[in-house]
Amino acid sequence: MNPQPETRIARRFAALKAENRAGLVTFTTAGDPDLATSAEILHGIAKAGADLIEIGVPFSDPMADGPAIQASSLRAIKAGMTLRKVLAMVTEFRKTDDETPIVLMGYYNPIYIYGVDAFLVDAKKAGVDGLIVVDLPPEEEGELCLPALKAGINFIYLTAPTTDDARLPRVVEHASGFVYFVSITGITGTKSAEATDVACHVQRIQKYTELPVAVGFGIRTPAQAAGIARVADAAVVGSALVDRITANLDDDGKAKSGLVSDVLGLVSDLAKGVRDARTAKTEIAS
Amino acid sequence: MNKLNTLRSGVDENGHFGIFGGRFVAETLMPLILEVEKAWEAARNDDDFWAEFNDLMTHYVGRPSPLYFAKRMTEHLGGAKVYFKRDELNHTGAHKINNTIGQILLARRMGKERIIAETGAGQHGVATATVCALFGMKCVVYMGATDVIRQKPNVFRMRLLGAEIIPVTAGTGTLKDAMNEALRDWVSNVDNTYYLIGTAAGPHPYPMMVRDFQCVIGNEIREQMQEREGRLPDSLVACIGGGSNAIGMFHPFLDDDSVKIIGVEAAGHGIESGEHCASLNGGRPGVLHGNRTYLLQDDDGQIKDGYSISAGLDYPGIGPEHAWLRDIGRVEYVSVTGDEAMEAFKLCTAKEGIIPALEPAHALAYVTKIAPGLPSDHLLVMNLCGRGDKDVFAIAERLGFEM
Repeated sequence: MNPQPETRIARRFAALKAENRAGLVTFTTAGDPDLATSAEILHGIAKAGADLIEIGVPFSDPMADGPAIQASSLRAIKAGMTLRKVLAMVTEFRKTDDETPIVLMGYYNPIYIYGVDAFLVDAKKAGVDGLIVVDLPPEEEGELCLPALKAGINFIYLTAPTTDDARLPRVVEHASGFVYFVSITGITGTKSAEATDVACHVQRIQKYTELPVAVGFGIRTPAQAAGIARVADAAVVGSALVDRITANLDDDGKAKSGLVSDVLGLVSDLAKGVRDARTAKTEIAS
Repeated sequence: MNKLNTLRSGVDENGHFGIFGGRFVAETLMPLILEVEKAWEAARNDDDFWAEFNDLMTHYVGRPSPLYFAKRMTEHLGGAKVYFKRDELNHTGAHKINNTIGQILLARRMGKERIIAETGAGQHGVATATVCALFGMKCVVYMGATDVIRQKPNVFRMRLLGAEIIPVTAGTGTLKDAMNEALRDWVSNVDNTYYLIGTAAGPHPYPMMVRDFQCVIGNEIREQMQEREGRLPDSLVACIGGGSNAIGMFHPFLDDDSVKIIGVEAAGHGIESGEHCASLNGGRPGVLHGNRTYLLQDDDGQIKDGYSISAGLDYPGIGPEHAWLRDIGRVEYVSVTGDEAMEAFKLCTAKEGIIPALEPAHALAYVTKIAPGLPSDHLLVMNLCGRGDKDVFAIAERLGFEM
């Protein structure tokens, strides 16, 4: 067993387990549609029901993401968001919330350019608990995964339906925090998986790791989130929230006045779906 | 550090050339990349595979391409003996077909039925559509919306060949976005699809595999020069976008210390203008499209768009082996502006009766700079890697000529 950095992520999943419920993980891009609005969303999102918060670090070339998240990334870059400012945003958040785990999700290049060692020091100091770096598979674990574990930050690996049993042990070998199962072979925000298929994959992953399994890609509605909450430890919702942001932009791409409350309203609905999932036994998984 | 016995030993087991290369891809793609690697490892050690490749090179592509002594150009420049490697005479008009033939044979071995590709100038798209027609496979080509407009003749050729062209408007609608979109397609269609990458870049094993297919260029030069002059050339010059024609020309000579090797990047409006695609001269190491290499990027690691009059050089990165060869100093990488390339384009047309593509016109522009200062027994080979038919509309516009 590898040493697991002890972070808010483990504490949160332990608490969820004690409550016998799954968690809701939200994803929004830092700086989308502008720095102030995005900070406001972040500050309200835990209260609205997010159990773990994924913050997207914008990148110009998000290869694994669909049109919604690509566009949100470009909006954020245009609004002036940088990795340094993402960390400042987390520092600010930690002044009022020292419990909710924060995971940064993005691509490797901005971190590489920041400098891995400097980044890990600054991220830990800011209160970041985990990292999901889409383009760093286990084959490249020396780049950031192993240094992150040493620095006391969880490195969360993605597994996909294409990750077969021969490969799974390798993927989870240095995984920590949780395992993120990408439920479809595709990009974010496009198709959705059947909860029954997801259940099989989650059980398959659980054969190789004791870490919690979160499921993401293609979860858009409270009913879908509930379906996933019955078979996994957490449901991740990203593109649906980003779409909600997009729907609240005026013709110039500026935030309309109701944007934050509309986005947080969707978070509340999703959270209710997730929280009620295992008690509402009569409901059929969607 | 000890000197390596050879600079041609390829990559390490994780696909690295020094610190460059690697496999920086999403987990969904990783099993596919490993499958391609395994299939390629088997194919490259299979004589039957190469026999079929060589047969197609001879009878379909028309190889070997001539090594032509450019007498009038040599006289005009008044220095080194200038030879052109005539890869523009290949079927489809560029070196790209060497690679697409190789990879389609691999895709067929792997049982794939659908081929996807990215293209900038459209040469790789045409070469891919061509081999897909030849092998009866479905072909989907991603092309930046901007390039679809500036490369109309190639778009039409691809359509005639039966390919589906998907204009990419995401991001900035150029070659890098076309590559992003092709990767997204591959992630979404993992079972039946093979991604036929057009240059010696991307995740391992692509940089090495594409190089191996393009090495036919350098291997022929070795033999042909031996026949013509009884010795090796003194210098090699090739243009570089992603760098596949260049690595194919350079690689067979890397261990010959007497051979000076020069890669020419597109400086666009000039490196200092910020509008160029000279990743080695104006960029720094970063990670994009599955590999670590020199990239055009800002201080936050966001990728910047390249600029060049030649769509085929318009890529913000470069093959990882070039990045390594630059850092160890084996190859010299220089750059020329778009205006200089245009002058060389006109010179080549007027003096040799050869209309070159704008990409090798960059290489030629550098040749015109150095050849006059070299002795008359200096053997210089430039890779004329593509012909200019595709560029005539864009050039006409630039020269104020109404078509």
